Parts: sequence; structure tokens; C-alpha cells
Amino acid sequence: MKALSQKRRHPLAVVALLVMGLLLTGLLYAVATSANKAKADTGFSASDVSEGQKLFVANCATCHGMGAQGSASGPSLVGVGAAAVDFQVGTGRMPMQMQGPQAQRKPEQFNEDQTRQLAAYVASLGAGPSLPDQAMLDGQGDATHGGELFRVNCAMCHNAAAAGGALTRGKFAPSLAGVSAQHIYEAMETGPQNMPVFSDANISPEGKRDIITYLQTIEKQGSPGGADLGGLGPVSEGLFMWVAGLGIIIAFTIWLTSRTS
Amino acid sequence: MSDTTTAYQAPTKVGRIAEYVDQRTGLSTVTREFGRKVFPDHWSFMFGEVALYSFIILLLSGTFLTFFFNPSMAETTYDGAYIPMRGMDMSVAYQSSLHISFEVRGGLFMRQLHHWAALLFVAAMSVHMLRVFFTGAFRKPREMNWVIGGVLLIMGMAAGFTGYSLPDDLLSGNGLRIIDGVIMAIPVIGTWISMFLFGGEFPGDAIIGRLYVLHILLIPAMILGLVALHLIFVVVHKHTQYPGPGRNDRNVVGYPLGPVYAAKAGGFFFIVFGVLAAIAAAFTINPIWNYGPYDPSPVSAGTQPDWYIGWVDGALRLMPGVLGDINGYRQHFEFVLFGQTLSLNILLPALVPAGIVFTVLFIYPWVERWITKDDREHHVLDRPRNAPTRTAIGMAGFTFYCVMWAAASSDLIATHFHVSLNDVTYWLRALFFVGPIIAFVVTKRIALGLQRKDREIALHGRETGRIVRLPHGEFIEVHAPLDEYKRYRLVAFDSPGVLPAQPNGKGVVDRKERRRAKLSKWYFEDRVAPVSVAELEAAHGHGHHEAIEAAPTSAGH
Amino acid sequence: MGNPSDGAPQQGGTVATAGQAGGQFEDPGLPPHRPRLADTDPRAAKRAERQVTWLFIISVIGTIVFLVSYFAIDLGPTSTVDAIRTQNILLGLSTAFAMLGIGTGIVHWAKALMPDHEVSEARHELRSEKDREAAVKIVDDIIEETGIKRRPLIRNTLIGALALAPLPALAVFGDLGPNANDKLRHTMWAPNAQTGKKVRLTRDPDGTPIKAADVTIGSAYHVIPEGLNDLHEGKLNEKAKSVVLLMRLNPQDLHVSPGRENWGYNGIVAYSKICTHVGCPVALYEQQTHHLLCPCHQSTFDLTNECQVIFGPASRPLPQLPIEVDSEGYLVATSDFHEPVGPSYWEREYS
Repeated sequence: MKALSQKRRHPLAVVALLVMGLLLTGLLYAVATSANKAKADTGFSASDVSEGQKLFVANCATCHGMGAQGSASGPSLVGVGAAAVDFQVGTGRMPMQMQGPQAQRKPEQFNEDQTRQLAAYVASLGAGPSLPDQAMLDGQGDATHGGELFRVNCAMCHNAAAAGGALTRGKFAPSLAGVSAQHIYEAMETGPQNMPVFSDANISPEGKRDIITYLQTIEKQGSPGGADLGGLGPVSEGLFMWVAGLGIIIAFTIWLTSRTS
Repeated sequence: MSDTTTAYQAPTKVGRIAEYVDQRTGLSTVTREFGRKVFPDHWSFMFGEVALYSFIILLLSGTFLTFFFNPSMAETTYDGAYIPMRGMDMSVAYQSSLHISFEVRGGLFMRQLHHWAALLFVAAMSVHMLRVFFTGAFRKPREMNWVIGGVLLIMGMAAGFTGYSLPDDLLSGNGLRIIDGVIMAIPVIGTWISMFLFGGEFPGDAIIGRLYVLHILLIPAMILGLVALHLIFVVVHKHTQYPGPGRNDRNVVGYPLGPVYAAKAGGFFFIVFGVLAAIAAAFTINPIWNYGPYDPSPVSAGTQPDWYIGWVDGALRLMPGVLGDINGYRQHFEFVLFGQTLSLNILLPALVPAGIVFTVLFIYPWVERWITKDDREHHVLDRPRNAPTRTAIGMAGFTFYCVMWAAASSDLIATHFHVSLNDVTYWLRALFFVGPIIAFVVTKRIALGLQRKDREIALHGRETGRIVRLPHGEFIEVHAPLDEYKRYRLVAFDSPGVLPAQPNGKGVVDRKERRRAKLSKWYFEDRVAPVSVAELEAAHGHGHHEAIEAAPTSAGH
Repeated sequence: MGNPSDGAPQQGGTVATAGQAGGQFEDPGLPPHRPRLADTDPRAAKRAERQVTWLFIISVIGTIVFLVSYFAIDLGPTSTVDAIRTQNILLGLSTAFAMLGIGTGIVHWAKALMPDHEVSEARHELRSEKDREAAVKIVDDIIEETGIKRRPLIRNTLIGALALAPLPALAVFGDLGPNANDKLRHTMWAPNAQTGKKVRLTRDPDGTPIKAADVTIGSAYHVIPEGLNDLHEGKLNEKAKSVVLLMRLNPQDLHVSPGRENWGYNGIVAYSKICTHVGCPVALYEQQTHHLLCPCHQSTFDLTNECQVIFGPASRPLPQLPIEVDSEGYLVATSDFHEPVGPSYWEREYS
């Protein structure tokens, strides 16, 4: 007992406690989220809507207005649909930390249940894109057609290797690496920030499924040629050659012309 | 031809083989000339070799690629190994590039080796030229070889660009589209040249085949010829050397070709090959499977050329096309004169910066020679600090290049440093004009500062960090004197002064001469003279302390 | 004689070198040679020898690994990305070891075991005065014998003749190309000359027609003309001129200049996707700012103001494609573009 109390005063004890706490939280979170996945497909209940309204009033109404009808600092959310909410809140873009050129991805502020309730509330305000059909997110579509669609509709902003790219005045199209199929689908459906809307009439649900399949294929298989240097094209290749390539060569030339002891 | 009894008999087996060859070729004179030829040894002298070796690797890997590449623009449907492309329509050229990448054993390795070697080829040539410029190696008698080097750099860029376009992928196709746009902007004949080059409208079905012929036949042949000429001149002039004890303009100090230099140079080829192979093994270059086949509709964010074309692309990006509304009219750089369209917003950035860079590069040796009236042969190099104005001009030019270079990646600078794309462009537009001036001033000051530091060390020796207290209470730092070899390195350099205007043959100082004198003043007004024997004696005659006080006043500012 | 340039051949010219007052330093000559460890210690020499040998052996191993991996992994129409990557790494790294082994081995050998005495070789003059004199004389004689200096009329007419001689070539080549302007002005959007049938706007790459009702606010459609995918000859040539970006915004956001009132439909507008700078596809549409951005050189066009340039190197607005809705509700092009699309060229204003 004495030994334990001594160890408790050890400076590392606090660290150990913290780590244990974090692990436990993570574990509980993992269990909770996997439990939530199961009910994602069901429609929204009335209690979802009312819970969502409470969350909305507390967290979103400052910018979007009490009835989500919009204000000077935030657009109206009537008719944006559940998909938009799930994307914006689910990727942490909303609530925004501060006004800027565009809302950026950050750790989510709400758990899946709360996101769902918010989506239920906003969906109840007016018809809009609903959450995507899970069958369209399975990544079992036609990768070739998806690649073709991706290059025509997406690559100019997100880069051919989905590594992201610049827009005007500080805005940018983010990298698509690690973005879930559901969020990609919702982004196409709703056109968040400055992204154009790719409605089902423009790119059919099957087309969206193909695009997701293509993205998952290239992400999973990686580059056949080795490390991809960020997928940014000739600039990163040139930089690599000037810094690393010439650097190694210069190291060799110095060794080669130095005097042996 | 040894029909007399006194003929030379080789004592060894190697000697007898050599004798056999010599009797039929007369190569012994070559061996006598080259066998023990002396080459100075310094790491900065190796970049020309790096370029040469990269070129050899390019020839080897390129030959492999030609066995499988098909430069046809006919349409075909892909059914190869890369699943996300199956069933797609594409040109035969693109399809055969995918075939090389995915189905030919070692094909992807060869493609990556070839492309990485191309990047290194031009990079090594550029660094080599920078070294030659900053050390003054272009001076008489090497001016012609400097020009040959400049032409080789341009040919290297041409080789690179034609090769970059061959796979007929989306990235290079958009690059060709840009070239076509620039060509169309040429007054009077632009449209016609474009139609001629592409065999009709862009993209047509001829361009890949034509670029292929240029890339594998014409350009490499010209590079080979120029390289041969370049190397002949190196042999004729013998290599330059850095200043130092025992080295002067009448000798060349270094290792004999056989065996040491040959072994090092030969071994170095394998090292360059090995480094490139390691890079090609581990790092993707030009992932054409991501870009997809060329199609005029799509485009990828971050569409850039390979690095050596980047500065021209950057210049295109920097040019504003519209100046805004002035007096209610939109002021822009496209003019319609008598029904003809003149696109200065394209012509100016495409031609002017490249024109400036290459004109200055090609005529610089003669300009400097005119200003200094220096008609001596120079085989001992300048340390960059000992030619402050030249070094500053070089850095100004390099900065000019780098601003355009950075502009070619303005979008990536914006996304990776989280700044606005437009702001990056505005800043670079300002730096385009101001950057070279700042670089000139700063470099010149740094060079003069380093010269003063050299003087300090030559006069007072190195600071040892040991602090000694003198009997009367004063603290001084002990300086360790230099040995004569180290000192000679610091004091033996040419320090040209201002050369005032001189009357010509008729005894008249003409306008051109006065202009030259003005430039000479600008070049050499600020100078730090090398330490003389008398100054060193003075420094040693007095105590250390006094010597520091009596800082050289003869060195003007 | 402390200046390395002293004594170098001097052919005329005036050089102002300064700082010689006070005397220059004597060249102390090459520093004394310091022997290496391997020169004095036989064990060090032996060690260096072993190191070189090992480097060569590494190279041999590299070559063997190359051969093994070359034959062990076969590639073909069914090879996976993993197999390709593995082979690339194996072949590349084994080549690297094979080459670096030889290279570093030879260099180490040269550095540690071959003589490291620096030697000095005298430079020779490039050519002798006598040669030069003779050469100049020959050139002078040749010029003299032609009499070109004495007979300026011959010289001047020759220069004139030589200058004019290439003109026929220009004329001949000039006729090789088709009438460029004619081709560049016309795209597939022009209604059928015989039937007057207007061309439908279809989705790129699928080629399916677009209903006006499907174009919601904030949408961007990448558009090709109907029938483009059926072309066999010159498909890309036509596509390079006719690709269009179709967008819809609030009609009150659009500023429409006189004469263009009927070019859009209910806030739906179509603009050429080919940049007026040097021809990249201007495909980036920001649906909130209504800006179009070219990813190649960052030319920015303001969609609300008929695609006027607001930033970047382009000078001209993007050409607008006049559109309307046909009887079945599909979008069609009323006419061809009213000006050539893409980069400017000399004959652009010709009609």
C-alpha cells in the first residue's frame, strides 16, 4: 500500500492516468458510434426534430437566425436538406470558428446523434437533399466511368490525384484523402461553400457512386511508382530533385573530392 | 611500321596490345596527350559531369522506352492492367505509355529513371552554369564555351519539353494547349505556325509523332554534337582552378587523368546512376495514370510544366491582362490595330523575360571584358566575394528567375501557406521588379563584408576564443597567425580598380569610352583591396590591439 | 609576383589592378604533401582494400537481386498495382546498389589507395603568332582574289538576291495550311445549315441532353454539343473549340448588356470553357462568388458581368453561347458563338 501511494506521487502517474482516461473515452466513443451506425438509415422521429431544434437554437441561431431563415452573418437553411447539415456538421465545418474565406474542416463539435438531430430539424423546415442511400456509398461502382466523371467535373479544383487546389482570394478546394464516402456524396449533392451543386440530374446517383468508387480505388491502391510526393505534380517533383536529388549528389561530390585521412 | 631492328618492343602484355592498336590507329599520341592530363579537384567542378552522366542515363533509359512507345494519336480502347482506366478511349501514345508503366517488366522503373534523370540533367546544367558565372570561369579564353553551354541549356529545356508531351496525358496536353496559345499570339504568322506545327487545328493527330522525332532524333543529336564541342574546348583550354598556393594562370594543379581522376570520374558515373535509380525506385514521377488521356475539356488543379519551363509559365501568370477601368474604358493589353489583333498580355511575358535572361547570359562575357578592358587569359578563378559586382549581378539575375519560378507555383504556395492566391500574385508582381534590385544590393554588401573578414583574418590571424588579461588590466583575445599557405589563399587575388576613360588612337575620348568609364566606376568603385606585405608587417609590428585600431584605410568604400 | 594573373599572356588591353602598393605576397608554392594513413600504415591500407572489396561485393549482390526480381515478378494485363510497385522498388533499389557499389568502390579505391600527390602541369598558349599571321593572310588573300571589296555592285546585288530568294518558300509554305480563321471561327454549335435544327447541350462525357428544369441554382454542368461523341474524325479538334460551362444563378444577379437579353434562359447561362488567355479549360466555378477561375494561369472571370476579366493575365471576356429551350424542354444553342473561342490570334477580327 505504501509502495502504491509512493508511486501515486510519481510525476509520471498523472500522465499514466491521463492516457488511461483518454483510452477509455476513445473506447466508449468507438462503441457508441458503432451502435449509432445501425440506426442511420431510419427516418427522423419527432423527438429528433425537437432535440435538433434545441441544439440549433443554442449553437447555430446566432448566425443562421432563430428559425434558420438566415441573417447577415449566415445564409438561410430552409430547404438545404439533411445532407447539407450532415456534411457541414459531420466534417466539423459548422459551427464555424470564425468568419473567413471559407469554413474549414476541423474536429467535429457534435456527436453522431446530435448531428442527426440537427439534420432532422433542418430537414423539417423545407424539402432538400436527404441523407444518401447507403447502397450508393459501397464503392462497388465503375471506377473507369467514375474517373472520367471525376476528371471532367472535379479535378480542376480538387486536382487529378484528389490532392486539393487553390481557388480565388484565400479559398481552396480541400484534399479528398480520408473523406468518407457519405461526406463526398453529400458534398456533390449540396455544393457546400463555393463548390457547385451536382444534383442527381447532373451526375446521377450511380455516377456519384462511380466517382466514390474511383476515389476509393486510387486511395487504396496507392501509387505504383512509390511515394507520391503529395500528388501535386511537377512542382513537388522539381522541388524534390533540387533539394533531395541535388543534395545527395552534392554530398557525394564533396566526399569524392575530399582528402582521405 | 617498325621495320628497323631498333623498334620499340613493349615489355608487358598490356604494352603489346597497345602496340598492336597503335600501329593501326596511331592512338599513342592521344594517350601521351591525355594519359596524364591534369584535372583540378573540387566538388563544385563536378556539376558538368553530373549533367553529362544524366545525359548518358537518359540515352540508355530512353532507348529502352523507344522499344515500347508508340507515338500514334489514333484512338484506341484500353484493356490493360490498370483497372480504373479499363474500357476508356485514349490515344495509342497514351495507351503505350500505360503499357510501359504497368505491363512491361521494369518499364515503370525505366520511365521514372528517365524522367528523374531529365530533371537532374537540366538542374545540373543550371548549377554548372551558375558555378561558371560566379567564379568568372567564362572569361577569356572560354567565352565561346560559355555560349555553347548556354545553347546546351536551351537544348536541354527543349529535350525536356518535347519528352514531357509525349505520353499524351491530360497534364502535358494542357501544356501543349498553352504553347499553342502562345504561338497564336505571335503577330502575322502565329496562326499559321500553329496550324503548321499541329498539322491543322489543335490538337490534331500529328503533334505527338512530330515531337517524338524531335525528341529522339534531332535534339539529342544536337546535344551530343554540342557536348563533344564543349568537351574538346575543355581539353584545349585545360580546366580552370581555384586560387591557392602554387596555382597560377600558367599552370594547372590537380590529379592526373590516369589513374586517380579517371577512377573518380568513372566511379562518379555509377554513383549518379545509383542515386537516380534509388530515387526512381522510391518516388513516383509524372503519374500519367492519375491525369488520364488528353481531352480538351478536363483540367487538373496544379497544372504546371516541369521545373525548367516553370519560369516562363510563371511569367505568363504574373502579367496582368486587364488594368481596370480608366476613364470609363477597360484598359487591357490586347490591342486591335487596323483589324489585326495583338495580344501583348501573352507576348510580353512569353518573350521579354526569357529574352532578357538569355541575352544577358550570352553577351555577359563580352560586356565585362569591354568594361574592364581586360584582355588577359584567366585560368585562375575568382572567389565570388572577390568580384562583388559580378556576384551581385548574378544574384540579381537568379532572383529574377526565382520570382518567375515561384509564380509558376503560386497556387500551391497559396494552398500550402494558407494565403490568398491573389495576394501571392500581387507580391510576386512587385518582387519581379524590386527583387533583383534588393538582391543586387544585399549580395554586394555581403561580398564586401566577406572580403573585409578575409582581410581581418589575413592581417591578424584567426580568433582563438582565448581571452588573456594583460598586466595593465586590459583584456584581449589571442589571435592565432595563419601559415603562409592559408594566408596566400586570402591575399592573392586580382582586385581591379576603376579604369578612367582613355583617349583612343586619335587622342580623343569618345562618348562610348566615357560610358564605359562610368560603368567601370559602377563596377569597381566599392572595393576591398587585398592585404599587402607592408600592411601585414605593420599589423605585426604593432601589438594586436593597435593593429585592430589601425583598420585599413587604404581599402576604400 | 603574388598575383596569379601575373605572367599570363597579355594581348593588349588596359587593366587597372590596384592594391599592389606595399608589395604583394610571394607564392609559397604547393603545400607539402601530407601522407594518408594508408600510405604509412599497412594495416590501414589493408583495411581500405577490404572496404573496397566489400563495396564491389555489394554491387554483385545488387545485380543478382535485380535478376531474381526481374524474373520472379512477371507483369501482364492482369498485374496488380501492388505487384508493379514491388517490382519497381526491387528493380530500382537493386540497380541503385549495383551502381553505387561500383561507384563508391572505385572512388574509395582512388581516394585511399591510388597516389594522391597533386601535380602541376604547365599551360601552353592556344596558338602561335606565326599561325595567326599565316591564317589572317590566307583569309585576306581569299577575299582579295574574289574582288568583292573592289566591286561593290556585285556584292550589293548578291545580298539583294540572297535576301529575296527565300520568299518563294514562304509563299509555298503559306499555302500549306487551311484558312485558319475560317476553321477557328466555327464550332459544332452552329445550327444545321440545311434543316436549321439547333444543337442540344449535352453532358460531358456521357452526351445526354440537359433539361432546363434540371439545372438548379448553384449547379455547374460541363457541356459538349450533341453528336460530338459520334464523331470519328477530328473529335478532339471539335471538342477543343466547343466545350462549354453551363451555370444557373439568380436572374437578378446577372448583368445583361443590350443585345444579349435572349442569350440566357431564366438565369441559365453558357460560356465557352476555353480560356481567352492561352486556352486552358476555365473550369473552376465558385458558386457563391460567381467567379470562374482558370487553374493554369489564374485568370478570373466574373460570371455576373458577362465573364469580364477581373484578375490574371487574360484580356478578353469568355465568349457566351446563346441558348434557349426547345419544345421538349431541352437546352439548345440558338446559334454558334458570335466570336472565335480561345486564345487571341492575329486574324481574329477578320470576318
